[in-house]
Amino acid sequence: MSRASTKEPLIHITRRSTIAPWKGIVIRIAAIVVAFLLCSMLAYFLIGAKPADFLINFFQGLFGINRMSANIRLWMLAKDTAILLLIALALTPAFRMKFWNIGAEGQVLISALAAAAVTYYFGDKLAKSEWLLLLLMLAASITAGIIWAVIPAIFKALWNSNETLFTLMMNYVATYFVAFCLVKWTPDSSSVLGILDHGHLPTLGNDYILILIFTLITTVFMFVYLNYSKPGYEISVVGESTRTARYIGINVKKVIIRTMILTGTICGLTGFLLVAALDHSVTATSVGGLGFTAIIVAWLAKFNPFVMILTSLLLAALNQGAGQITSSFSVSTALPDVMIGIILFFVIGCEFFIRYSIHFRKKAHTSVVQEKGDES
Amino acid sequence: MLFLDFLINAFAFGITFLYGSTGEIITEKAGHLNLGIPGIMGVGGACGCAALNIMCAAGNLPPWLIVIIGLLAAFAGGALMGLLYSFLTVTLRSNQNVTGLAMTIFGIGLTKYLFYTLAKKPANSETPVIHYLKALDYYRFPFAGQKSSLVYCGIMVFLGIAIAIVASIILTRTRVGLHLRAVGESPATADAAGINVTRYKYVATIIGSGIAALGGLFYIMDYQGSQEAYLSIEAMGWLSVALVIFSLWRPYLSIIGSFVFGALFILASYLPVFGVSVNMATSNLIKTLPYVVTILVLIVTSIINRRENQPPASLGVSYFREDR
Repeated sequence: MSRASTKEPLIHITRRSTIAPWKGIVIRIAAIVVAFLLCSMLAYFLIGAKPADFLINFFQGLFGINRMSANIRLWMLAKDTAILLLIALALTPAFRMKFWNIGAEGQVLISALAAAAVTYYFGDKLAKSEWLLLLLMLAASITAGIIWAVIPAIFKALWNSNETLFTLMMNYVATYFVAFCLVKWTPDSSSVLGILDHGHLPTLGNDYILILIFTLITTVFMFVYLNYSKPGYEISVVGESTRTARYIGINVKKVIIRTMILTGTICGLTGFLLVAALDHSVTATSVGGLGFTAIIVAWLAKFNPFVMILTSLLLAALNQGAGQITSSFSVSTALPDVMIGIILFFVIGCEFFIRYSIHFRKKAHTSVVQEKGDES
Repeated sequence: MLFLDFLINAFAFGITFLYGSTGEIITEKAGHLNLGIPGIMGVGGACGCAALNIMCAAGNLPPWLIVIIGLLAAFAGGALMGLLYSFLTVTLRSNQNVTGLAMTIFGIGLTKYLFYTLAKKPANSETPVIHYLKALDYYRFPFAGQKSSLVYCGIMVFLGIAIAIVASIILTRTRVGLHLRAVGESPATADAAGINVTRYKYVATIIGSGIAALGGLFYIMDYQGSQEAYLSIEAMGWLSVALVIFSLWRPYLSIIGSFVFGALFILASYLPVFGVSVNMATSNLIKTLPYVVTILVLIVTSIINRRENQPPASLGVSYFREDR
C-alpha cells in the first residue's frame, strides 16, 4: 500500500447526531450577522453608502424615525409577517409529507380573484347584508384555493405526477386567468379594477388587527394539528416513508389529497384576507412573490409553526429594511432582492454547520494514522 | 407563407427554452434539481449585455470578437451562479429546492439591478446611452430579410441546436456521459466504482448553468432585442425547467419540445394575423397554453410511467459518503 492512499484527508466531515440548542442558535445568528456585514460592504461598493448609514437606514425602515412613523412601520411589519406566516402555514403540512408545493402563489392569487369576483358580481345586490357577502367571499376563496391545490394532489396521489412543476405551472395559469378577468371586468379594458366598494371586513382599531387574530388562530391550530392529531401523525409517517405508511395501513392517497385540501383552505383564507381586509382589489401581482418567500420561511423553521413566526418576521423585516435603503439612496428597487438573496444563502448554508461537524487533520495524529495504514 | 413565418418564429423563440432545458438536463443528470435556472438565465443575459455594452461603447472592435466575448461573458455569469449553487448543494448539502428558489430570488434581483445600472442616465445627458443592442447585427446573418422571421435565426439559434445535439451525444455515447448518469442515478455506486462524484456534480452543474445562461442572453439581447425583455426572463426560465420533463431528460427531444413551446407562446400574437379575431381577454387565456400543455405532458408521462422516462433516481437528494 502506498503512503499517499492512506493519508488522512485535511478536512473530515461527520454528521452530528445532536447539537446543543444554543449552539444552533449561535450559528444561525452568526450567519445572519456575517451576511449583513457582507451586504453593507456590497452597498458601500455599489451605491457608496457608508456601512453605518446602511445599518441606520435599514433599522429606520423597520422602526421609523419618530414615534408616529414607528407606529405605522411596526404595524406594516406585523401585517407583512402575518400574511407571509399564513402562506407558510398553508405550505407546512404538505412539506412535512415531502409534497413540494411551490404553487402557493397561484393558490392565494386564485382565491383573491374568487373573493373579488363575488364582490364584483354580487356586491351591489347584497349591499344591505354585508355579512352574507363576506361569508360568500370566504366560501368562494376557500373553494378556489382548494381547487387549485387539490388538482396537483390528485395526480400526485394517483399517478405520482411531479408536483413541483405541476404546482409551478398552475401559478402562471392563475396569473393569466386574473389578467383575463380584469380585462373582462373593466369597461375600457384598462385592467385596473380599482377599489371595490363592498365586501370590506370590519376594522378593529386598525386594518391589521383582524389579520393578526386570524393568523394567530391558524398558527396554534396548525401546531396542534401537526403534533397532536391523527392526521398530523399520518402526514409525518408519509413524509418519512410512504412504504412504512402503507405497511401500517395508512391510505397514502387519502393523506395526500386531504393535506392539500387543508393547504388550499388556508391559501383561500389568505386570499380572502388580501381582498377583504387589505387591497379591496386584485391584480396579477397581488401576491407579489410571497408564495415563493413562504417556502423559505417554512423550510428555515424546520416546519415548526411557532418557529415560523420568527422566520417570517425575519424575512418581512429584511424586505422592509431593504426597501428603506432603496428609497433613501435612490437605487433600483431590485437591490433588496439581491440582499435578501445573499442573506438567504448564508442562512441556508449555515445549516451545514448545524448538521455536520468538521474535523481538521492534526499534525501529530497524521503520522500515527499513516503508520497504522501501512500495517493493515 | 404566413404560416411558414409563424413556424420559423416559433422555432427561433423556442431556442430560449432549448438553452435553458439543455443546461438543466445536464445538471439533473448529475442528480441536482436546479430551480435557480430562471435567475441563472437572467444573470447570464445581464452579464452578456454588460460586456456587449462596454465593447460596443469602445467601438473599433472586430465583430467576431464582440460576438465571442458576449457569449463568453454570459456563459461565465451563469457558470459563477452554478458554482455558488454547487457549493451550497454539493459541498454544504443544502436542500436543493430551497437553494434553487433562493438562487432565483437573488438572480432575478441581480438581473434587474444590473440592467437598471446599464440604463442609468449619465450625469451630463438627458437620455441613457445603451450600446448593447448595437451588437444585435453581429449575431444575425445579413442575408435574412428584415421583414420575415428568418431575421431571428442568427448564430445563437444554430449554436443552441449544436449544443443540444452535442450534449445528447455526450450523455448517451461517451464514457463521461455514462459516469455522469451513474452519479445521478446512484452516487454511492458511482463512488464505489471510483468516480469522483463531487467533481462530476460540480462540473455538470457549472456547465449546465453556463449553457442555460446563454439562453438568457439570446432571449434578452437577440430574440427580443429590447431594453425591457429582462423583465419577462423569469417565466422563460420556469418554462425551461418544465421543458426538461416534456423532453424526458433527452436534449435532442427538447429541440422538438422547445419548438412546440415557442409555437404555443407566440400563438396569441399570430392568431389575428391568420384572420382569427381574438379580443384582449381571450388572448390572456391563450397565453396559458404553454403552461397547460406542460401540465398535460406531466400527467401523461406519469400515467405511462415507463422506466426509461423517469428522472434520475437520486434527483434532489444530497450525497454524503458516510450515510448509509
